[in-house]
Amino acid sequence: MSSREKILSAIRSLTLEPKALPDIPNFSGSGDLVERFTQSISSNKGEVLSKSEFEEWFSSSGFSKVISLSVHFSELATLSLPEDPHALETLEVAILDGQFGVAENGAIWLEDTQLGLRALPFATEHLVIVLDRNRLEDTMHQGYDKIAGAQSGFGLFLAGPSKTADIEQSLVIGAQGAKSLRVVLV
Amino acid sequence: MTHPENAAEFLKDSQKAKWHDETLWFVRDKRDKVSKGIPEWEQLRELASGIKNNVLANLADYLEEFERNATKNGIIVHWAADSEEHNRLVLEILQQQNCTAVVKSKSILTEECHLNPYLEKHGVDVVDTDLGERIVQFLNQPPSHIVLPAIHLKKGEISELFHEKLHTEKGNEDPAYLTQAARIHLREKFFAAKVAITGVNFGIAETGEFVVCTNEGNADMGVHLAQVHIACMGIEKILPRRKDLGVFLRLLARSATGQPITNYNSHFRSPSPGKEIHIILVDNGRTAQLAREKFRNSLKCIRCGACMNTCPIYRRSGGFSYNSTVPGPIGSILSPGLDLKKHSSLPFASTLCGSCTDVCPVKINIHEQLYEWRQEVTKTQGEFAKGLSMKLANGIFKSPLAYKISGSLMRNALKSLPNSLIYHPLNIWGKNRNLPDAPKESFQQWYRKNRS
Repeated sequence: MSSREKILSAIRSLTLEPKALPDIPNFSGSGDLVERFTQSISSNKGEVLSKSEFEEWFSSSGFSKVISLSVHFSELATLSLPEDPHALETLEVAILDGQFGVAENGAIWLEDTQLGLRALPFATEHLVIVLDRNRLEDTMHQGYDKIAGAQSGFGLFLAGPSKTADIEQSLVIGAQGAKSLRVVLV
Repeated sequence: MTHPENAAEFLKDSQKAKWHDETLWFVRDKRDKVSKGIPEWEQLRELASGIKNNVLANLADYLEEFERNATKNGIIVHWAADSEEHNRLVLEILQQQNCTAVVKSKSILTEECHLNPYLEKHGVDVVDTDLGERIVQFLNQPPSHIVLPAIHLKKGEISELFHEKLHTEKGNEDPAYLTQAARIHLREKFFAAKVAITGVNFGIAETGEFVVCTNEGNADMGVHLAQVHIACMGIEKILPRRKDLGVFLRLLARSATGQPITNYNSHFRSPSPGKEIHIILVDNGRTAQLAREKFRNSLKCIRCGACMNTCPIYRRSGGFSYNSTVPGPIGSILSPGLDLKKHSSLPFASTLCGSCTDVCPVKINIHEQLYEWRQEVTKTQGEFAKGLSMKLANGIFKSPLAYKISGSLMRNALKSLPNSLIYHPLNIWGKNRNLPDAPKESFQQWYRKNRS
């Protein structure tokens, strides 16, 4: 008997009392979505910027290796998306369009179409996500309602920069992945 | 070594023990604060518990549904009855890829299966990429906490370790500096690895996808750069529907560290073009636990670690004192199911205060199961030590004369025994306990004087 059969038949040999699958109510929060989203991102150690604030930061930083897949900032790209993700090793900035954000925790949904390469938002040194301010959801429940039928091979709720507190619980931003997250609300 | 013996070892460094206690309580406090911001928090716990109960009642069906959908999406599904089979399957995939260096993100399951030593024995270099796990791996230690693997170490120790392993400046204890050194070291490994291994937080039957959550982004750094992704998943990690993730992702990080969500929550449904995703569904004692009615719902655990952070025993004895892959209250009800003899002292490593049960996001009745395991332990091995003192007591209570004499002996002994004997290191009972002041006379003597 294969292990598959062994495991399944071991489970099926048990008399297990039926338990109904509960329905999930449509919980929602209260308050201004933009305000709550902004607060969530900042508590996750990211930063929410306006278009002009972002442009100011970007032009004063002098980055030379930039990939932009954002329709809003395509002119900022200095590199095109490579075929091989290993070419992202020295990438300074990636600019992507997010699908929607969740106010309660700052999570932003991205799929293969927005990412180009799945490694992109992790491997880049700085990450910028552009988000339509009218595309904010209240909680994760509304977030999952939006992507109930989505079929992307990879999807990601991204809520902040790479961070760790593994050394004596001291929070450090920029563990293995992106050292910063800037969300530009347009 | 039993839990009390290991705990005594941990408590020798009283300053560090105090820091450990206070730091974990701080995390517990963060969890309280963030959960209070969610008015429906208790409803979410109830829902999560209900969803997991439904999963356990229909596990075989959900596993088949998951397999069917994952296969349809191009994921290669494997089944492993035990840890040996799991390890062998991983090695076979590595050998097919001619891979001798692999990066691995946090996976309690691979710890449970002792995958690292197995792969190393077969010539594979395994790099744990979670910072805390890399630190304990450098020290040849297991993680001491499932969410905070290096919580038993102070930055001075990590600084020394990194000086030796990563050639950081001697004496530089700045966490940002040390983390940056680890970043450079680990990114080199990510960019070189052909295969990446991850754990799984949730597998979704409806879609055949699985979800991996990290704050460091290390799981994703590994898998998106590698050619092949191997995901190792306990069979109890299934959820029925994608929307169930809404409930579980709201609970997981808030319960674990008091954050509203982990920064990276990746949903893997099918491999990138030209790449491979393998998932290994592992039993390793889970179907046996499912068969134990009293202990079944320990399988609802989502490995958030909240029960550890709140536990007065865990905080004051450290993760290693449990000598079990999953320490703390939840480990103390999971591990006896795997090896009752080895883990027989764990169900006693609790005050039964019930705080673990109160914070558990999936409402596992942990303290009640600890009590139940005590009954199981005493059934199988309670005869010896306690049996002897009970027999002695039985003799004393049977004879009125023996009772009188022993009573007077004890009253005098309590007065005159030197502390060095009562608090002798061999007398574990005397630790953290004070003896009562002994009355001058027995009740019988008092009654004769005052009432007759």
